[in-house]
Amino acid sequence: MLTDLTIAQAAEGLRRRDFSAAELTKAHTGAIGQLNERLNAYITVTADKAEAAATQADKALAAGDAPTLTGIPLGIKDLFCTEGVKTTAASRILGNFIPPYESTVTANLLKNGAVFLGKTNLDEFAMGSANLTSAFGEVENPWHRTGDASVLVPGGSSGGSAAAVAAHIAMGATGTDTGGSIRQPAAYCGIVGLKPTYGRCSRWGTIAFASSLDQAGPMTRTVEDAAIMLQAMAGHDPKDSTSADLAVPDYRAATTRSLKGLRVGIPAEYRPEGMSAELLAVWQKGIDMLRDAGCEIVDVSLPHTKYGLATYYIIAPAECSSNLARYDGVRFGVRAEGATSLDDLYEKTRHDGFGEEVRRRILVGTYVLSAGYYDAYYLKAQKVRTLIRRDFTSAFEKVDVLLTPTAPTATFGRDEKPEDPVQMYLNDIFTVPASMAGQPAMSVPVALDSRGLPLGLQLIGRHFDEETLIAAGAALEKAAAFSARPDLRAGAAA
Amino acid sequence: MSLDPATTRRIARLARIGLDDQETEAVRTQLGGILGWIEILNEVDVEGVPPMVGTTMHAALPQREDIVTDGDCQEKVLSNAPDRAGPFFTVPKVVE
Repeated sequence: MLTDLTIAQAAEGLRRRDFSAAELTKAHTGAIGQLNERLNAYITVTADKAEAAATQADKALAAGDAPTLTGIPLGIKDLFCTEGVKTTAASRILGNFIPPYESTVTANLLKNGAVFLGKTNLDEFAMGSANLTSAFGEVENPWHRTGDASVLVPGGSSGGSAAAVAAHIAMGATGTDTGGSIRQPAAYCGIVGLKPTYGRCSRWGTIAFASSLDQAGPMTRTVEDAAIMLQAMAGHDPKDSTSADLAVPDYRAATTRSLKGLRVGIPAEYRPEGMSAELLAVWQKGIDMLRDAGCEIVDVSLPHTKYGLATYYIIAPAECSSNLARYDGVRFGVRAEGATSLDDLYEKTRHDGFGEEVRRRILVGTYVLSAGYYDAYYLKAQKVRTLIRRDFTSAFEKVDVLLTPTAPTATFGRDEKPEDPVQMYLNDIFTVPASMAGQPAMSVPVALDSRGLPLGLQLIGRHFDEETLIAAGAALEKAAAFSARPDLRAGAAA
Repeated sequence: MSLDPATTRRIARLARIGLDDQETEAVRTQLGGILGWIEILNEVDVEGVPPMVGTTMHAALPQREDIVTDGDCQEKVLSNAPDRAGPFFTVPKVVE
């Protein structure tokens, strides 16, 4: 089936004329038609646009010398502005927003020939870890526990992207990661998710959540596909002042790099009390696989790990309260009716337009930045952030890459969602520290747990050293030979 | 850590998010929980530690030529306006 191919295989098949880009896209739009009503992975499907783009791709392929992603159908997280295509951030407040411009990351993908299938669902404004806060409905994880039909969450915030890729209704998808929003859903859905170094991909045209943390990255079924997509997404952009003016290396070449002598750090602090024996065993399996591939395993310490989440839940809401101040119902977005004063217009619009979790984070951010509390919360968090970053800097003096679990558990049921917001935040305990320090990190699916659900391991690298992540990730992937697929997917829908 | 209702209302007012009494109470409890949990940072010694103000790996932010790079796109700017009159954004009349 065309929907079973990896990006690398499809790119080859297109060039060999085994099938056309039009056929490849049709296979995907057809599968979306069958599965999306249930999965809700896409908020907007752009089938007509995709088919037109595929026709163009076939012409480019016939002419020869077409860029790598020519004719490859992708899902785009509905946080990237796409010119002329509704972009909602999964929020009521942007429910009617049609950007008159294209984000740099999606423009780069289009330049590379990619075909966009539509806009994938997410937690509202990328704030959430289970894709339960979207104004356009929850996303279902295509995986289920063995012999149990309970609906499970896909993780978040890039839950629609992860579910689409896992269910084979996209060959790959873009995600964004602020505290784990690429890696955690990738782990929950049994796919690969790569958060590049802060500054590797331009943030221009991506709807902002927390500007010092937000970073775009690829979500795919293989490490090689992640390398191919990142190659197209990355690069310097003068329109984002934090975008790094550095050459983009050949990421795909890194997939076959030897790991001989690579030093892999195992941080003691990623083994909190109460961690399941099953997850510990999978982590150990990953350690053994990298050792067998020629790596040297080194115990390291990142002493401020336990403060990562609390620091994050000051910094991210603070930045979000500032970024989301622009949604006032005046220049774009949805405006509430019946206002009696200008402040009333703002207050009604923002109450009705934002969901509960977004309102909560704006309020936390407003509080920690308000007069009298700024030093105690925000300034303090910025200082702890320095210490978290120093932890990584000293660890990377001894090792080349770190290996940890991606998330503390496998995915959980929609009905098992914790009522306490803090409990929900704990999903990101292993992903947040790398975000705080700007390190690149990747989740790779390694095994199924005893209930038949995927578990992922996380690799964390030095700044701008995505190549080592890709090399080590490819080795893990090869050794783990993770070939399990969810029961709900294109061609196999239950 | 518990917030009092007046502080909660003040924060909501600063954020320009309208909350009714029931919502204010729910937010007060939840914010209290989150802020209490954040207090774990009190045990970290940050004496002499500089704040990290961004993640950028460059020493200085780049500067560009002071020239026009974009503009002359009035229709694009106004294309998502909830309400407009000619080349202007409009808001409901709120002044007597």
